[in-house]
Amino acid sequence: MAMIRQCAIYGKGGIGKSTTTQNLVAGLAAEGKKVMIVGCDPKADSTRLILHAKAQSTIMQMAADAGTVEDLELEDVLKVGYGGIRCVESGGPEPGVGCAGRGVITAINFLEEEGAYEEDLDFVFYDVLGDVVCGGFAMPIRENKAQEIYIVVSGEMMAMYAANNIAKGICKYATSGKVRLAGLICNSRKTDREAELIEALAAKMGTQMIHFVPRDNVVQRAEIRRMTVIEYDPTCKQADEYRDLARKIVENKKLVIPKPLTMDELEDLLMEFGILDEEDESIVGKTAAAEATLATA
Amino acid sequence: MQNADAINPGYPLFTGEDYQATFARKRVFEEAPAEEKLEQVFQWTTTEEYKQLNFQREALTINPAKACQPLGAVLCALGFYKTLPYVHGSQGCVAYFRTYFNRHFREPIAAVSDSMTEDAAVFGGQKNMFEGLENSLKLYQPDMMAVSTTCMAEVIGDDLNAFIANAKKDGRVPMDFPIPFAHTPSFVGSHVTGWDNMLEGILRYFTLNDMEGKAPGSNGKLNIVTGFESYLGNFRVIKRMLKEMGVEYTFLSDPEEVLDTPADGEFRMYAGGTRIEDVQDAPNAIDTLLLQPWQLPKTKKYAQETWNHKVSAISIPMGLGGTDEFLMMVSELTGKPIPDSLTQERGRLVDMMTDSHSWLHGKRFSLFGDPDFVTGMCQFLLELGAEPLHVLCHNGSKRWAKDITRLLKDSPYGQSAEVHVGKDLWHLRSLVFADKPDFLIGNSYGKFIQRDTLHKGKAFEVPLIRFGFPLFDRHHLHRDTTLGYEGAMHILKALVNAVMERLDEETMKMGETDYAFDLIR
Repeated sequence: MAMIRQCAIYGKGGIGKSTTTQNLVAGLAAEGKKVMIVGCDPKADSTRLILHAKAQSTIMQMAADAGTVEDLELEDVLKVGYGGIRCVESGGPEPGVGCAGRGVITAINFLEEEGAYEEDLDFVFYDVLGDVVCGGFAMPIRENKAQEIYIVVSGEMMAMYAANNIAKGICKYATSGKVRLAGLICNSRKTDREAELIEALAAKMGTQMIHFVPRDNVVQRAEIRRMTVIEYDPTCKQADEYRDLARKIVENKKLVIPKPLTMDELEDLLMEFGILDEEDESIVGKTAAAEATLATA
Repeated sequence: MQNADAINPGYPLFTGEDYQATFARKRVFEEAPAEEKLEQVFQWTTTEEYKQLNFQREALTINPAKACQPLGAVLCALGFYKTLPYVHGSQGCVAYFRTYFNRHFREPIAAVSDSMTEDAAVFGGQKNMFEGLENSLKLYQPDMMAVSTTCMAEVIGDDLNAFIANAKKDGRVPMDFPIPFAHTPSFVGSHVTGWDNMLEGILRYFTLNDMEGKAPGSNGKLNIVTGFESYLGNFRVIKRMLKEMGVEYTFLSDPEEVLDTPADGEFRMYAGGTRIEDVQDAPNAIDTLLLQPWQLPKTKKYAQETWNHKVSAISIPMGLGGTDEFLMMVSELTGKPIPDSLTQERGRLVDMMTDSHSWLHGKRFSLFGDPDFVTGMCQFLLELGAEPLHVLCHNGSKRWAKDITRLLKDSPYGQSAEVHVGKDLWHLRSLVFADKPDFLIGNSYGKFIQRDTLHKGKAFEVPLIRFGFPLFDRHHLHRDTTLGYEGAMHILKALVNAVMERLDEETMKMGETDYAFDLIR
């Protein structure tokens, strides 16, 4: 059996990780690849476009109903959707209670013990909640799990901050294990010189922008129908973009230990692209009233 | 009051008038309910109605009949040569493991924790691990540290593999210092799961990437895996039987010596145990035999997949048939015949069984404990013509329940047995009130069931026969043997004499029941 390539997708909340993941996985499936998606987010929205479902029943929810995770069977939690894509959602608690990170650990352990990875698979994709907030959300990149990490990013300042922070997290694991940064996926927000900016960020981090996914309303139209673009309208331009991304990932050999930017370096980069203004030390801590007095003086 | 010339312990001191008066005042101060009310509630908890309610419990566990994973991991680690069990997590957990084993084995137990506190919970425990490994190595000079985890480290998702590798890279411990590890979340499984996980972690560490040139059968030995074993005699009896057969063996985890060091003036932090080179050589054995197979799914899988061992199926070598099966399997695997010494020993056991069977026939026993222990004990009870009644296993799986149910139903003596998995000792208390067995077999915690049933009346009392783990309230029972023919003899003695003691107790009323207070039984 060929080695299964395991990839984890990280990125700022709301950046479009789940949409991008499902569309690119649909692209892989369309090429005949056998893929599994493991949703690692309590919101459990990582598989809805593949399954045409509102939300898949999650491992943790079913374990809670059954009393213990030991009472679950793989077929209870693993659903097959578009293109034979296998889907599981780890699930987790409502916001504000419990421990979502532990949910991810429990779910992935369950999948391993039940032999979910022993199937004939080419790819596993982990779609991981917003940021690596605790050890649990780093579970997908522990030894012998995902070795390729893709970060979804856009030309917005906070998205790049988040991407840089995730790269810091990867370094913690990369020094002792085999996990590597495999590239940035730019999910366009139509900011100025976006592609150029992300190319520059990627270069500074020692990685690549593996693909620039332009913004297209067809994505939203497909989403309303709980479908990927590839399934909804395989002939449209956006479907080509996702297929391109999928192909680039298949061929990707550029796996690196990232070099995260310092805060200053990142701010310099943002200033260079006009996203951040030069800091004006003279106005720090000045109230409106004080400024008015100064102006009239 | 206490008198300095004759110091009394709490009992009988507290029976004195002054203490009794204090207790009465305390009841008033605490606004305790009336004695009648307490009694009324107690009686209610012994009814069928309460039993029904009790079995509807969903979230609450009362008096669990199991312990947690890292406890098992520590016992497993203690069985390796100069190995320090190292628990990544909270200090209190490890204090609990040490005292638990102290009280059972009556030996000091060397185990360390890296004392994770609030900040470690927030920032992750890597810093604790760096310092902990470094300090432990300097202070206690082990040859190996076997790392397991407590709940705290597991909830925050600490990654042992990465932390240990980082500690080595950081120069805290030498790169080649052996630090096998196992994730052992306490909220999953039980102490037997932790034992299995730790052993698998150790086998993996020493053999996974060192399989070249290794082939099953090439060293002519047998690997023996006991699982969570709390009877020292069981290590000794298995070794004796194998020696008598002329079979060479490797115990994968053997804490027999470190849990039984002599008082000769020298403190031994480490003693005996399986050596690393024997672990490295283990893949070359003819086969790996699991003495408690229900406990050891991970070890089994590892030995089969990585070592290509068959891991021949046996059940726990307890009782007559269980021991027969074990010895015949050893003979089959090694080609060595079963010697006369063991055949004779078997004959003696059969003789004892026939001598005592009229006393045990039809006697009803409720029992609780770990899955393989319960299986073994049921096997032997059935062989004796005794009848298992309530068979309770808190940490048994549904598959185990199916298996033992089949075992019981296949015997005329198992027809009235009911099997309960995932249930605790408070459930068992209800069960024995509803349908009284003659005796209860289990660990020390069973004594509270005996007290409660006696409180309802002598006719309801279920006497406890102590077998299992832990045994805190009697001395030296951990030295006993429960496996092999020898172990069966010991169990038989304990059971039949419990029957007779009970009979004496009931027939010693002078002029009333003493017509049956016989000298000869």
